[in-house]
Amino acid sequence: MTHDPGYNFAYLDESTKRMIRRAILKGVAIPGHQVPFGSREMPLPYGWGTGGIQVTAAVLGPTDVLKVIDQGADDTTNAVSIRAFFRRVTGVATTERTEEATIIQTRHRIPERKLTEGQILVYQVPVPEPLARLEPRIAETRRMHALADYGLMHVKLYEDIARHGHIATSYSYPVMVNARYLMSPSPIPAFDNPKMDHMPALQLFGAGREKRIYAVPPYTGVRSLDFDDHPFRPIRAPHDCELCGSSDTYLDEVIIDDAGGRIFVCSDTDHCSQVQAMKEAAA
Amino acid sequence: MSAAPLLSARDLELRFGRVAALDGVALDIWPGEVVAIVGESGSGKTTLLRVLSGLMRPDAGSVDYLGQDVLGMSEAARRRLMRTEWGFVHQNPRDGLRMAVSAGGNIGERLMAVGARHYGEIRAQAAEWLTRVEIDVGRMDDVPAKFSGGMQQRLQIARTLVTHPKLVFMDEPTGGLDVSVQARLLDLIRALVADLGLAVLIVTHDIAAARLLAHRILVMREGRVVEQGLTDRVLDDPQHPYTQLLVSSVLAA
Repeated sequence: MTHDPGYNFAYLDESTKRMIRRAILKGVAIPGHQVPFGSREMPLPYGWGTGGIQVTAAVLGPTDVLKVIDQGADDTTNAVSIRAFFRRVTGVATTERTEEATIIQTRHRIPERKLTEGQILVYQVPVPEPLARLEPRIAETRRMHALADYGLMHVKLYEDIARHGHIATSYSYPVMVNARYLMSPSPIPAFDNPKMDHMPALQLFGAGREKRIYAVPPYTGVRSLDFDDHPFRPIRAPHDCELCGSSDTYLDEVIIDDAGGRIFVCSDTDHCSQVQAMKEAAA
Repeated sequence: MSAAPLLSARDLELRFGRVAALDGVALDIWPGEVVAIVGESGSGKTTLLRVLSGLMRPDAGSVDYLGQDVLGMSEAARRRLMRTEWGFVHQNPRDGLRMAVSAGGNIGERLMAVGARHYGEIRAQAAEWLTRVEIDVGRMDDVPAKFSGGMQQRLQIARTLVTHPKLVFMDEPTGGLDVSVQARLLDLIRALVADLGLAVLIVTHDIAAARLLAHRILVMREGRVVEQGLTDRVLDDPQHPYTQLLVSSVLAA
């Protein structure tokens, strides 16, 4: 599909894209720090990825190849409509294959395949403030970031262990970026947290409703918070994928009938189908 | 007592419109000393406490803590002091506690804020402090909202003292508690203070509490210190007419 001439390239006007790029550059310069930006109304409701879409629109060029995933899948409503949106307003090529994409916009997952230099991973973020649930005053959370006063976040983890016997936070698990800023990784599963550490790709985070952008530059240290005697553990369902047999991927539990039947399948659909194809070729 | 005061304030002035809350107040606190500030409501006691602890800026004057200028220091430095060498016990435990966080978490917060990262050790210290303030260790995982007023106040004290501060500010710690609970709390504070060698600046309008706890008393009225001296001297032989009034109006049981 070619670019719809009724819209500027990537929907946003050029000065808006420049404004967002400035916020992104600032975010890259201060890894993990939330940069305010003038978030625009998008032709999608808040909560559907307006922050991620604006970041993608600002960094997208005519030669880029775009992949959009929603909970790891390329074929869910959210992913399909965002992909169609960008095809229409930019005419760029889209793909479902992680290795072919130059920009991957994601909701709640990091692809299983290792990302490489030159790729950009754009996260959709609902709540950018990791301390939001703990400290209701936004001005106070800013001050805590400024002073690196993060004892409160550990109180949350302490409470988890006291109540459940282990750290029960299984998604949106707080991380320290570059040993300075506490950051919410967006609601990705804790299983994906280790992939953020020293990732060769650039990671950008956009929160549309909260009007914040933050970033993790390539090869930046990202450490999940924990206790010495309760170290961080990435959690996954203890099964193999029903379709491809992988035992090292993040799994979704899918109910298949009305009799309580359920299977576990890879949440990353592209990775799953590639493994299946490889197995078929080998057989 | 050592030669240098821990905290030293000079010429503090603060006006709220036409009202002088602090009018040329000077004060020294030496290590291990308990100083009480007494006076009626509106005499500037709490304002003085807030100014000394850096929570409020005076119009003029200086506050010095071990050679550091409290009023001139950065907020980062002041907060570091507040969570290591200082402590603040609020009149209302709800201001000093996190009501949705368990008792153990409340005590552990200060430890974690200064870098404790071993769950087992944090918990052991929390248990030890609960015992010290006479709260059943079995209630470690209960939230303070389920505690009685006296327990909440004791929990606040445990949370404040867990990092072994040198100087603790207390704002009417026994306010709002019934008399028998007050007596137990005062007893507890007295024992802890003696045990840990704390310096305490306690604001109270309860003369009996001041007599029980304090080594020294400052009597404030209309923003001025009208009389100060050793507790027994001030209470047994008050010189200033206002102090005489204050002492004579205590009800004998």
